[in-house]
Amino acid sequence: MELHIILIFMIFAAIMAVEIKDLISSVIALSAAGLGLCLAFLILKAPNLAITQLVVEILCVIVLIRGTINKDLPLVKDGRWLFNTIATLFSLAVLLLFSYLALKELPNFGAPLMRVSQEYISTGLEKTGSPNLVTAVALNFRGYDALAEAAIIFTAIIGTLAIARKIGKKDEE
Amino acid sequence: MKNKEPGMSLIVKTITRFTVGLVLVYGIFITLQGHVSPGGGFAGGIIITLAFIQLMLAFGQDEVLRKLNQEKGLLLAGIGAILFLVIASRIFLKPQQHSFVAEKHFQLLSAGFLSLSEIAIALMVAAGLFVIFLTLVLLIEEEEKEKK
Repeated sequence: MELHIILIFMIFAAIMAVEIKDLISSVIALSAAGLGLCLAFLILKAPNLAITQLVVEILCVIVLIRGTINKDLPLVKDGRWLFNTIATLFSLAVLLLFSYLALKELPNFGAPLMRVSQEYISTGLEKTGSPNLVTAVALNFRGYDALAEAAIIFTAIIGTLAIARKIGKKDEE
Repeated sequence: MKNKEPGMSLIVKTITRFTVGLVLVYGIFITLQGHVSPGGGFAGGIIITLAFIQLMLAFGQDEVLRKLNQEKGLLLAGIGAILFLVIASRIFLKPQQHSFVAEKHFQLLSAGFLSLSEIAIALMVAAGLFVIFLTLVLLIEEEEKEKK
């Protein structure tokens, strides 16, 4: 159910991204579609891929916004160094405090074996016949991840060919 | 000494004749042994691509383009992608059945579908990355020709 809502949202966002005249609005609609894709990956239980999608999406949006804005964004520096310093120190302090509180709660490295990984380690060899558990997890238990990573690589290949091809290239004169 | 043939010198060509086969076999080994030892389709595919790139650097591009041009490479990459899709959907449709998993582990033919998907991934990665390399090289050469 949630998946269908997200898919419909993504379709609308993609249509908006194509149709809108304003470039920045188009980029933001595109990033909304990417965020929907990330959520869809989470619902399909491919968290690894969702993280990758989110990070790549952020990078792409930064590059695209930087590419679509012609002039530099205004950056006001003068006359408020006191406020800037206090704000920076305050946010640093908040960040450090919360990371201290959060990191204190983390368990030791590999300490409690989680239920899922316990299952993988104890039954992975019998179920998949692969002594290399990394391969067993990557291609069998987490097969969706591998499938979508292969799709990403294939898309990258096709994209490179589409950009660097000879046919369809127009002369600039 | 003038070298009219395309590619590098005679020494490089002779050594390449010996080593290309080894590199290719090592890539295939990494691919096929992905379920026993570290490795797998992505790494093996890239090693196979490196063998082709070595061939291209040593003998010039015409020698390689006669064997594997862009259309063939793209076709191979597409075949690999579709193969992996078919194998993967076979696993996802019936997740409980991992048929033809052999009794003996630690052998080449012991992991069933894992080996098949490794081969498909390796085919896709090798052909695709080589096509990217080929395209970029041809593009650069063309721009240099246009400048002259």
